[in-house]
Amino acid sequence: MFTRLITSALFAGAAAGLIAALLQLVFVQPVLLHAELYESGQLVHFGAAEISAHQDVGGLDPMRDGLSVVFSMLLYSGYALILLPLMSFAEQRGQSLSGKNGLIWGAVGFLVIQFAPGFSLAPEVPGVAAADVGIRQIWWAGTVIAAGIAAGLIAFTRSWIAWVGAAALLLAPHLIGAPEPESFVGPVPPEIAALFAVRALGVGLIGWSLLGAFAAYFWRTSGVTASAPQTSKA
Amino acid sequence: MMIKSNTLAAPVTASSKTGLAALLLSAVFGFGVIFAVGLAQADALHDAAHDVRHANGFPCH
Repeated sequence: MFTRLITSALFAGAAAGLIAALLQLVFVQPVLLHAELYESGQLVHFGAAEISAHQDVGGLDPMRDGLSVVFSMLLYSGYALILLPLMSFAEQRGQSLSGKNGLIWGAVGFLVIQFAPGFSLAPEVPGVAAADVGIRQIWWAGTVIAAGIAAGLIAFTRSWIAWVGAAALLLAPHLIGAPEPESFVGPVPPEIAALFAVRALGVGLIGWSLLGAFAAYFWRTSGVTASAPQTSKA
Repeated sequence: MMIKSNTLAAPVTASSKTGLAALLLSAVFGFGVIFAVGLAQADALHDAAHDVRHANGFPCH
């Protein structure tokens, strides 16, 4: 059971993490590198000279981008090691785990871990002004935990009181407010920061949806080969 | 491996507790990996995971 769980999660995480990393390198990394030109002072927004929006941000950097691929695969494996036990737990209680359901599990995982904190603490491009990192991490973790509990209440209870509780858990971190900097002194143009935030979230949605579908797939196929037949619900 | 094919009336026995322990242990590993990649402030980890942290919405710097 444990081996099957770990191997399914690692396969799903590696596959989804690799795809997410490739999408990140194509769509997110150039925006990040563009922002770093402003962060380092190489370009100055509203400086003396007008600056072209089209900059050469360099091509692939084997070391840096290779590390990003490895860490993305690791990160998604970490997500899967939490997501798959939850999926399996629900399956033991009668939920079917088709690929379509896996997709929904993954999309909800994205909502919990990326969208919920991102609603007030948008994915930050390098160089933006921000509050102390420790305080932001505490707010981030609290928001993810609250959203996770809320998702569970919405999905698996049939009581209005629980749903109201879930809504309160979803809203509370944002009504309290995310830690903000004293002043907005970031040197990066807002156009770049906005593009970065929405692309980071978009890649996250794709990565997580695939993660859920892959997790369901590897979990079910490994169950077929490793133990009693269990394929009737597809 | 042991109680998988029973879809109804999952028996609350020692074997299902073993299952729960496996689920929890897996989740603990998951939290550890996410913490190391996304949150730990050690310089080497931060530098290596820098772009992934930004792109996945973790607070960075």
